[in-house]
Amino acid sequence: MQQKSWQQRLLTLPPMGYLLIFFAIPTLIMLFASFRYTGEYGGLAPWYSIENGTLAFDLTLENWQRLFETDIYLRLFFKSIGYALVTTLLCILLGYPLALMIARSQKKHRDLLLLLVILPFWSNFLVRIYAWMIIFSPNGALTQMINSLRDLLGLAPISIMYSATAVITCLVYVHLPFMVLPLYANLEKHNPALLDAAQDLGANRWRRFWRITWPLSLSGVYAGSILVFIPVLGMFAIPDLLGGTDGIMIANVIKQQFVESRDWPFGSVLSMVLTATAVLVVLLGAKIGQQGAR
Amino acid sequence: MLEIKEVSRYFDNFTALDKVSLNIAAGEFFTLLGPSGCGKTTLLRLIAGFDQPDNGDILLDGKSIIATPPERRPLHTIFQNYALFPHMTVTENIAFPLRMVGCTQAEINRRVAEALEDVSLPDKGNHYPDALSGGQKQRIAIARALVNRPRLLLLDEPLSALDAKLREQMQLELIKLQKEIGITFVYVTHDQGEALALSHRVAVMNRGTIAQVDEPSRLYGFPNSRFVADFIGQCNLLSGKVTQLQDNRAQVELEGLGPVQTAIPADSTIAVGRNCTLTLRPEKIHISSRVSHDEVEAHFKGIVHDMLYLGDVTVYKVELANGMLLEALLANSSPGRARFFEIGDQVEVAWHYDAGHLVMD
Ligand SMILES: Nc1ncnc2c1ncn2[C@@H]1O[C@H](COP(=O)(O)OP(=O)(O)OP(=O)(O)O)[C@@H](O)[C@H]1O
Ligand SMILES: [Mg+2]
Repeated sequence: MQQKSWQQRLLTLPPMGYLLIFFAIPTLIMLFASFRYTGEYGGLAPWYSIENGTLAFDLTLENWQRLFETDIYLRLFFKSIGYALVTTLLCILLGYPLALMIARSQKKHRDLLLLLVILPFWSNFLVRIYAWMIIFSPNGALTQMINSLRDLLGLAPISIMYSATAVITCLVYVHLPFMVLPLYANLEKHNPALLDAAQDLGANRWRRFWRITWPLSLSGVYAGSILVFIPVLGMFAIPDLLGGTDGIMIANVIKQQFVESRDWPFGSVLSMVLTATAVLVVLLGAKIGQQGAR
Repeated sequence: MLEIKEVSRYFDNFTALDKVSLNIAAGEFFTLLGPSGCGKTTLLRLIAGFDQPDNGDILLDGKSIIATPPERRPLHTIFQNYALFPHMTVTENIAFPLRMVGCTQAEINRRVAEALEDVSLPDKGNHYPDALSGGQKQRIAIARALVNRPRLLLLDEPLSALDAKLREQMQLELIKLQKEIGITFVYVTHDQGEALALSHRVAVMNRGTIAQVDEPSRLYGFPNSRFVADFIGQCNLLSGKVTQLQDNRAQVELEGLGPVQTAIPADSTIAVGRNCTLTLRPEKIHISSRVSHDEVEAHFKGIVHDMLYLGDVTVYKVELANGMLLEALLANSSPGRARFFEIGDQVEVAWHYDAGHLVMD
């Protein structure tokens, strides 16, 4: 078992190749781009020139320096991480009871309930966000209801649209299934005899949950958290449509750099930081998840 | 100490338990024995509190515990697959019930160490359950259930997942442990050998009812029904009708065989004309090639139909005149002499008048 046979090595080739082509190489290209100059009409300038027969490299650290010149970008990073954390937390709070309920429901109902969880995926992502725009709009049912309640209490009307609340609500809505599914997969495998045993040994409902169910489900919680945290961190469509200027996230700036400003090198810098953050989170999550699976 | 009073439990239209009444004394090793699906687990779950009876009452020390939730009943259960908590070490597992009642850490440490000592696994404290063998898991489950000295320990087929050798060893350990700590055990099994070996008393269950409650030896020697006789050990069942009662003997007309004399059991509802079954243990039947009339009072001719060599004994199946197969057991006590008869041999089977035990149908 010490030495891996060539067959075993061969088996790891496809995933390695996949990671290389779709992750490592693009990341390296981005990393490289972050050290280049902007082209005359945006995009990237050539990275070397030959003048009088001598080769010169046109690379720079300027783009990286720009990142630290103002605190705008770092603030935006932390804000995005904050949004992602809050979204993940809310997804756990909302998704855990749901996953638990499905896992404890009768076997014949479970498939149907799971189907309902993933049902939203059957309609287009943008359509669902537009639906939230209608709900949040000043004349929308939700805003009207809240404001008439506030009116009764003598409070000034508020607007939900174009706020952090709107963005996070929608982020939670979109990513909830990614929390529920791994949690369900974990909870469904729990041996019910363990809860009987815990109860038999004197644990009430509350302690049975915190001492048995919760610790045994931690690996599911981490899996779900990563599946929610990472895409939320890179989300731009939702803050674009619902966030206004307040609810903007780092991915909006990245998109802006690439599409509107056509400043690819600086866009690459921001992307690299985002990627690094995501990788760090995954590594951390995997480590804790491993301990949780103990 | 534990009193089960006319307890019934229905699932939809199915009667899982039908007016079950039992009295279990303090310090007793009491076994519920019965075929699969007879309601043993159902009854145990009612005692533990995981399920509620539809009728009847369960009393512990004279007080009803029906309304008490499982976590507050002073009794613990050993589950069939141990149900050790996989995310806790052995020490944490055993400490669990102590933590639930709020013992101090010092006390927990002391009692966990004691409990590990009791089950002879003092150095396994830091292991996780999945690093233990089946027998070790079993012992840890027992240690965990006994650590805070419950009044009663319920065990639902705790040894069924172990191999034969280990099972026997664990049986001996269970007997010893129960004797030492003196806690009442209610033990569930469908293995009659296990029930006879372990218990002070056994309740034989059949389709949600109690067929007989007795000591193992009485259960074996004096079954009160055809079902019990058949379920406990090997037994020949001869159907017949009571034709005559005289002194302490009854005459029974066996179907297809004719009249035999037999002893009248002490607590019997015997009456002339009743249908009955003569239960005959294979080891009580004599089998010989000669016709003899001394001391034995019932004898029939037959042909050896089949034989099963088991090492210490040989089981002969003898076909009687009416086509019935009678099982007889011969000990292979003399060396080099494993077979007394061959298949096809003409033999005579005989039994003493009080060898059989008569039960009314
Ligand atoms: N929750 C339930 N719903 C419906 N029927 C049930 C339920 N629990 C048990 N039963 C039925 O009650 C009967 C008795 O079950 P129980 O588990 O008590 O049997 P058992 O004697 O423990 O058998 P085994 O030796 O196989 O464990 C079975 O026929 C079973 O199908
Ligand atoms: Mg059972």
